[in-house]
Amino acid sequence: MDGSTVELFDKGKTDLKALPARMETRRLNLYYGDFHALKDVSIEIKSNCITALIGPSGCGKSTFLRCLNRMNDLIEGVKIQGEVLLDGKNIYDPDVDVVDLRKRVGMVFQKPNPFPMSIYDNVAYGPRMHGIRDKRILDEIVETSLRQAALWNEVKDKLKQSGLALSGGQQQRLCIARVLAVNPEVILLDEPTSALDPTATYYIEELLTELKKDYTIVIVTHGMQQAARISDFTGFFLNGVLHEFDVTAKIFTMPEKKETEDYIRGRFG
Amino acid sequence: MSHFTEAGLARWHAREHRREAIFQVVGALVVFTAMLMLAVLLTKILLDGFARLGWDFFAQSSSRFADRAGVKVALVGSFYLMILTALIAVPIGVGAAIYLEEFAKRNWWTRLIEINITNLAGVPSIIYGLLGLQVFVRTLSMDRSLIAGACTLALLILPVIITAAREGLRTVPNSLRYGSLALGATQWQTVRYTVLPVAMPSILTGVILALSRAIGETAPLLVIGAYVYLTRLPEGLTSPFTTLPVQIYDWISRPQAAFHENAAAGIIVLLALLLTLNAAAIYLRNRYQKRLAI
Ligand SMILES: Nc1ncnc2c1ncn2[C@@H]1O[C@H](COP(=O)(O)OP(=O)(O)OP(=O)(O)O)[C@@H](O)[C@H]1O
Ligand SMILES: [Mg+2]
Repeated sequence: MDGSTVELFDKGKTDLKALPARMETRRLNLYYGDFHALKDVSIEIKSNCITALIGPSGCGKSTFLRCLNRMNDLIEGVKIQGEVLLDGKNIYDPDVDVVDLRKRVGMVFQKPNPFPMSIYDNVAYGPRMHGIRDKRILDEIVETSLRQAALWNEVKDKLKQSGLALSGGQQQRLCIARVLAVNPEVILLDEPTSALDPTATYYIEELLTELKKDYTIVIVTHGMQQAARISDFTGFFLNGVLHEFDVTAKIFTMPEKKETEDYIRGRFG
Repeated sequence: MSHFTEAGLARWHAREHRREAIFQVVGALVVFTAMLMLAVLLTKILLDGFARLGWDFFAQSSSRFADRAGVKVALVGSFYLMILTALIAVPIGVGAAIYLEEFAKRNWWTRLIEINITNLAGVPSIIYGLLGLQVFVRTLSMDRSLIAGACTLALLILPVIITAAREGLRTVPNSLRYGSLALGATQWQTVRYTVLPVAMPSILTGVILALSRAIGETAPLLVIGAYVYLTRLPEGLTSPFTTLPVQIYDWISRPQAAFHENAAAGIIVLLALLLTLNAAAIYLRNRYQKRLAI
């Protein structure tokens, strides 16, 4: 690895690769029935970093993301082999409580999916499910989460309004606030800005950069600019294989593999 | 390519227009015939029965004299029966639907259950009457009581409720379930706080329509032995009972014309009741659609 390039792009940050890993997969394989969707994926998700996953459509990015909080369990006919570690513990071990895991590893979906209830209830949903009933505490969580998601100023006067009445970008930020309210350790985002305009996208990118102080973030994106701008690590998927994985600055300046270079230069196909 | 000459196109258009016109006329005729038959029926019933519709008619119970007979006991019986039937059928039906839609794995066992539910929905109601007679009236010795009637009707509408509730649950998009589960909610919490509230109006609509079917049933109640002549209001679960359709059936089968007037008046009351229930169902459906539209 070329240290000087990394420094150039990372604005004097310490060696990213020395940071501890919050999550890690080891030779992860996933089958949808007979279809082999993920092949021997081994990756380290560093603590308090943004890891971007890029790659052509259908290469398995969403599938991989769903493995990290076991959302694939909900799809019938899925078979998973290998290990996914969260703080060193395999989340697919039989003694792991999936509900507890999903509290620690939150997820924001590609399409905003607010619940058909008020903005307040949307954000308070998670904490309520985990047993918080005290109105004062809930009020506080709702405000903090909405502030963190850069939505507070727009909605503070209409918390009782339906979450569905918000614009697409606001809905997506509401979904992010909803996840933050649960106070997870890792946040997974599946193309969170694909349906948003540049302003809303800018907001969310700012937000993520801000959030990585407290959270570990994995984001799937089709925007090369976005990956280059906000992420610390980038993984390039191709046909279910993690084709290349490295520090973002390295991937975007001197990728090892030709396919990676072709893809990020938009010469893929 | 003659189709695409202007004359050809014009001819084609003219022909299509003619066809459409003919279709519209035929359609209008069919609708008109159906409406006419309904109108004749309603007018006849209204003419026959309207004169009998007075306060007395609602305050009196069965009597050997037509002018002293009324629907009080039957109306109250129908009402109690409907409530009891709902209390039995709704929890079981909605529970079964939730299990099948939200929890059960898709395998041959659940498919077998599904096929059976569909089949049960098509079984003639008199068969349910026979079943109720054997199981509830005789084996469980409930006798010819309100509770036996309610159990029988509950069985009858259970398949309808299950099917309606499942359809209601299916209209809830999966993205909401995933959203809830991804926040660390348990599956039960997801069903209780996200899925059910969204599905509730359409489940309720199905329940009301099923109940309005139960209200109109006569055959199974006659089979299990609903009384046709009763002067006392039901006092408890084990009281004897009669219902509006049973009362109407009895009046119609009597030879005196005066009782036929009573029957017509009873039919008006029954129709009014059914219309109210259906209106409630439509109201719920509309409110539901409005809520999803925002
Ligand atoms: N539920 C499923 N059942 C069967 N195959 C699936 C399922 N979900 C995804 N796949 C297949 O797995 C492969 C990877 O899908 P995935 O959704 O992970 O791709 P992706 O990289 O997220 O693509 P995109 O960028 O278009 O979102 C695809 O070939 C897809 O057809
Ligand atoms: Mg995807």
